[in-house]
Amino acid sequence: MAERKITAPAINPETKPFWDAAAKGQLLIKKCLACGELHYYPRTICPFCHSDRTEWQTASGKGSIYSFSIMRRAAEPFAIAYVTLEEGPKVLTNIVDCAFEDIKIGKPVKLVWKQSEGGPAVPMFTLA
Amino acid sequence: MSISGKAYIGGIYEHPTRNAVDKSLPQLHAEVAKGALDDAGLSHREVDGYFCAGDAPGLGGLSMIDYLGIQPKHIDSTETGGSSYVIHVAHAAEAIAAGKCHVALVTLAGRPRAEGGQMRGMAARPDLFPEQNFEAPYGGVVLNLYAMCAMRHMHEFGTTSEQLAWIKVAASHHAQYNPHAMLQNVVTVQEVLNSPVVADPLHRLDCCVISDGGGAVVVVSPEIAKELKRPRVKILGTGEFSKNQMGGKVDLTYTGARISGPIAFAEAGVKPADIKYASIYDSFTITVLMTLEDLGFCEKGAGGEFVADGNLISGVGKLPFNTDGGGLCNNHPGNRGGMTKVIEAVRQLRGEAHPRVQVQNCDVALAHGTGGSLGTRHGSATLIMERE
Repeated sequence: MAERKITAPAINPETKPFWDAAAKGQLLIKKCLACGELHYYPRTICPFCHSDRTEWQTASGKGSIYSFSIMRRAAEPFAIAYVTLEEGPKVLTNIVDCAFEDIKIGKPVKLVWKQSEGGPAVPMFTLA
Repeated sequence: MSISGKAYIGGIYEHPTRNAVDKSLPQLHAEVAKGALDDAGLSHREVDGYFCAGDAPGLGGLSMIDYLGIQPKHIDSTETGGSSYVIHVAHAAEAIAAGKCHVALVTLAGRPRAEGGQMRGMAARPDLFPEQNFEAPYGGVVLNLYAMCAMRHMHEFGTTSEQLAWIKVAASHHAQYNPHAMLQNVVTVQEVLNSPVVADPLHRLDCCVISDGGGAVVVVSPEIAKELKRPRVKILGTGEFSKNQMGGKVDLTYTGARISGPIAFAEAGVKPADIKYASIYDSFTITVLMTLEDLGFCEKGAGGEFVADGNLISGVGKLPFNTDGGGLCNNHPGNRGGMTKVIEAVRQLRGEAHPRVQVQNCDVALAHGTGGSLGTRHGSATLIMERE
């Protein structure tokens, strides 16, 4: 099966550290030093308490499938999913490199990187 | 301050087109504006408030006010996707209650079929979407994002594809009496299940249609409503909310209706059991099921049982819904169904729905809009109205 072309992120000053780390194979999330909450997508201002004291944290890359759907009405069908990271936040992603019928809610997954079209490698997950 | 009883629906109009290859977008807006003003018996010269959303061409309100030749003193272009027009009715009622205007015109139009079915999205201007970096690579579109809500709902509550199919079946029973509906054939649960899976667990027939068209509503002050020769439909209560991705605390099992519904019911002073007819936004069958739970028509998780066995069919079940055929069968102009939800609820309250689907003694009705995506961020808006 042909691989789906992956839209590249339009990197901006706020997201550049995320993609710089991605180039080294690290998935970053944000931690708020004021309220202690972790969040994703990463923001400069904490979405929970509005403190501007947020810092980057490297996620373990382990998680489990919260929900998913196989997009069949597409030239190259693919699996979209929300993965609950070991650290807590849920991330929108794709489940790749496995048979669609093996994808189930609750299954453990691990981080992999896939090259986007004309941009950086982006974080995705495969069955652990 | 409550807006309850301080504004009325004066006029409504649904464009009959479903494929507008021969019309421009501003032309469609003007045709629905004229239709709703004619229905009310008002002139465009009396319009002093104008409301439109992201479907309006050019600079939105500025461009359309010029095109329509109106001179509003109150302008609002709140954009919450397909729910915008339910919110516009609420905001029009607020503006009228505050004395800012007396005749408020709300228009919607779109021609996605004539334009080749392309939805405007992140592709055109990625820099305008704060989530683009973390969503665009993953191919999330309306279809598979809503599908993930259905998948999780099935996992947590045991909801089945058969139960979801009943929602399409009910819509199709109503659409058979609507000569403008795109899909006029009654379908069975089995036919829904036999249609191809487009994004697990949703089948093709779990999805709404894509259509051109539009609609308009005229909201008026009580003084003007008394002068009109139309049945009086009073706005009792409204509520709005925008549920989102919540910093990663994503929960796909509920919608913003959980917040907007109770606000509207409290303002209206009625309960779900008082609602005789409900227009429920139906981009997909799962949208209806989750919204009914969140509005309190049944317990969370019990939506599957609630919609089964024809409970949403007028004359058959306890809660007649979308008696025009809804987005699932009738139309979804410009990929935005909030306007037609308001219009069919007003028809029911006036006693002007098709006789085969008209709800008897329909004195209180609800219209609910959902815009954006249940799977990421969406605007919810609830409107409760009463026949006077």
